[in-house]
Amino acid sequence: MTPAVPVMNQSTRWRLARLRIDVWWLGAIVIAALVAIPLLTVILLALASNDDIWPHLASTVLPHYIKTTLVLSGSVGFGTFVIGTGTAWLVTLCRFPGRRVFECALLLPMAVPAYIIAYVYTDVLEYAGPVQGLLREAFGWTSSRDYWFPEIRSLGGAVSMMTLVLYPYVYLLARAAFLEQSVCVLEVSRTLGRGPWRSFFTVALPLARPAIVIGTSLVIMETLNDFGTVDFFAVNTFTVGIYDVWLNMNSLSGAAQLASVLLLFVLGLVALERANRRSQRFHHTTSKYRPLPGYRLGAWHAMGAASACLVPILLGFAVPCGVLLKHAIVHFDEASAGEYLAHTFNSLTLSFLAAAVTVVLGLFLAYGSRISGDRLLGGLVRFAAVGYAIPGAVLAVGVLHPLGRFDNFLDSLMRGTFGISTGLLLSGTIIAITVGYVVRFLALSVGTVEASLAKITPSMDDAARTLGIGPGATLRRVHLPIMRASILTAGVLVFVDGMKELPMTLIMRPFNFETLATNVYQLASRELLEQSGLGSLTIVAAGILPVLVISLVIGRSRPGQEGALEVDP
Amino acid sequence: MKAQSTIHTVVLAVILIAAAPGAAVASGEVNLYSTRQPDLINPVLAGFTRSTGIKTNIVYVQKGLIERLKAEGANSPADAVLTVDIGELDNLKKAAVLQPVISPILKRSIPAHLTDPQGLWYALTMRARILMASKERVKPGEVATYEDLAKPSMRGRICIRSGKHEYNISLIASVIAHNGLEKAREWLDGVKMNLARKPQGNDRAGAKGIYEGACDVAVANTYYMGLMTTNEKQPEQKAWAAAIRVVFPNQDGRGTHVNVSGAGMTKSAKNTDNARQLLEYLSGDEAQSLYARQNYEYPVKAGVELDPVVRSWGPFKADAIGLADIAKQRSAAARLVDQIGFDHSTPGS
Repeated sequence: MTPAVPVMNQSTRWRLARLRIDVWWLGAIVIAALVAIPLLTVILLALASNDDIWPHLASTVLPHYIKTTLVLSGSVGFGTFVIGTGTAWLVTLCRFPGRRVFECALLLPMAVPAYIIAYVYTDVLEYAGPVQGLLREAFGWTSSRDYWFPEIRSLGGAVSMMTLVLYPYVYLLARAAFLEQSVCVLEVSRTLGRGPWRSFFTVALPLARPAIVIGTSLVIMETLNDFGTVDFFAVNTFTVGIYDVWLNMNSLSGAAQLASVLLLFVLGLVALERANRRSQRFHHTTSKYRPLPGYRLGAWHAMGAASACLVPILLGFAVPCGVLLKHAIVHFDEASAGEYLAHTFNSLTLSFLAAAVTVVLGLFLAYGSRISGDRLLGGLVRFAAVGYAIPGAVLAVGVLHPLGRFDNFLDSLMRGTFGISTGLLLSGTIIAITVGYVVRFLALSVGTVEASLAKITPSMDDAARTLGIGPGATLRRVHLPIMRASILTAGVLVFVDGMKELPMTLIMRPFNFETLATNVYQLASRELLEQSGLGSLTIVAAGILPVLVISLVIGRSRPGQEGALEVDP
Repeated sequence: MKAQSTIHTVVLAVILIAAAPGAAVASGEVNLYSTRQPDLINPVLAGFTRSTGIKTNIVYVQKGLIERLKAEGANSPADAVLTVDIGELDNLKKAAVLQPVISPILKRSIPAHLTDPQGLWYALTMRARILMASKERVKPGEVATYEDLAKPSMRGRICIRSGKHEYNISLIASVIAHNGLEKAREWLDGVKMNLARKPQGNDRAGAKGIYEGACDVAVANTYYMGLMTTNEKQPEQKAWAAAIRVVFPNQDGRGTHVNVSGAGMTKSAKNTDNARQLLEYLSGDEAQSLYARQNYEYPVKAGVELDPVVRSWGPFKADAIGLADIAKQRSAAARLVDQIGFDHSTPGS
């Protein structure tokens, strides 16, 4: 019997398969190239320099900037690694009272922008604040010369503030990694004679390495490009230097040069880490997933674990929210409802748009990179994702220039051909800021998706291929359901970061357009911090809900789990 | 297929909504880019709309104003810019984004040494950079000039914001313009030795430091004194102001260093008439009075009444050097601050 449908012959099928992969490859290359344009613009601006900045910088402030930046990012990286990974492990694999609550609550500090927590703690810990006031009353001191109190506006203060609000990135990714681990690996490690601690350090931790490294590198990039906190605390980092050269020495190309150095540094770190783990594989070789064993902790250990989880939440979330709430209530009648709603709407729209676009692009790039296995594409994706490390303001300039060029080019084209002037189509609109956000936050989405894809064994792709479905269908029907949690995580990370974003928005926004973040900044920079309480709280609140949703989704994402831990028999 | 067409519709809708620019090139509007905070200028702009019927659209661009104007080029929707500090005005001029405004009204209202020779920018308000001295711990006349800040008797008694901040850069630039680079270097080194703490915070933080006993002398712009003295929302700032004596430095010599806020018309302006009307309004009696009073600054137009708080500090002799000459020394000033590591000082070093 001849089949009703003609069967494809071997070479056609092969060519079709190549074409499908080539489409992905091409699409990914185009997207990565487009995203890389602003970064390239920054580099080009740097090269176009005719300002003789380097000798002056090198002999005066550059060593100081570099040292401060290294200390700051190193300390914050280390602090967030310890807190994030430690709490993730405790909450995922141990049982102690309050674990369920801590699971979600540990993510809360992520919703608090670093500059807001800096303002809050300065308010609380400064000379005129409640803490020192209480001390002075208790001990009878009268002026600042009578006693010593740690200065919050210092490098140490900046390290603490940033660690408190950035550890959730590491926590989130580490937790997702621990959840996605097969218990069998850990059990094998136990049968081979390693106790729970050693299993953690020598098996679980290394297996979670891609996720933890990505989390820590996000933290470091976030630290590198922060300006609000370090400016407020008078800590002179590399980024402060970039702004300084740009604005005080009026040298944009000098600033672009410094930004390019920062870029190279981050690229170097990333390359180093990749080279280090090039031969290692992290995907799980078994598809057997049992519910996670909850190691039950004894009384003392349980208390220790609970405190270890409680402290970051208290310091990173409860205290700032308490202070902001107090301000918001006291100054409630001064806030204008119409303005407040407009700001909130703007923030939400922008963040949501950016999150949607960034996640889609990130998925495309990470997956395209995976299936084509092309080193060039991989490198280009890596490069495009580095936008996260560049100070928002410099990146804004990198976006403004090409967009402006494009708009003016289109306008002159239209005028030449049709005699109508299109004016500025993209510049100065929400699209321009969204583009900026996407370039800035792509690292979040690519990183998260990549970490998740790394855990899916390539044999899944091969199996799907032998069953006759192409790459697109494989993504849709096989990978996406497994990666649901990570994708949602990536979207939430970008959304929350978008709500907090400040420098880029200040530079690129349209007329009569305020977000919650820009409004808070304007009030705080005029020492009207108390009036910003409501706006700050809204930023935090808008961040909390998605964060909690994410936590629930991740908690249920473990393959084969019904959502409950079982006690180790 | 169905999903695809839905996606197409959504994307199209989003693009159409998002691409609708907020500003029109209509005849009843003027578009403004400002580095001045909205709540400072909104009352004045409201007055403008009331008096002329022209609507104002504003973007508050704190940094990157020049970059944005340059990138937008000839199609930029901005008609006018409002900014602060002579350095910024000079940068705008150097970036060739402004066009000259010739107006007899402006010429009459604003003194020549406070405008650009080519008419590219006009100063609208003035502020002096004064010394705030502790009433308790500093004797009258003990510190009377900027140069006095470097005296050995001031060791460990000075609070100041970052040397890189534009207000301080302009001050240092004026010292260089008057005394020369070498003398300025010696002076700045001396000031650095006298710092009570690392340069930090803003000008008001200096007042706070005096009140708390951390230092005896600080440097600030005059309007901060006004803002603190009348601060109902944060009454503790009134206490800070009450502890301070205002000193206008160099009264016996060249006069106190002043800086300005100013405005100009952009090259790409479409609503040129409306923009010119805006500038003329801002230089008129009503706006000068409102604008200056709003922020406790000095109006540039002669004969406009001062705010009572500002009047209470008394008249003073202002440095009459052309602002453009100060602007020339700004990059030398920035380099100087770096070379002596002013911002990296720790107390006593």
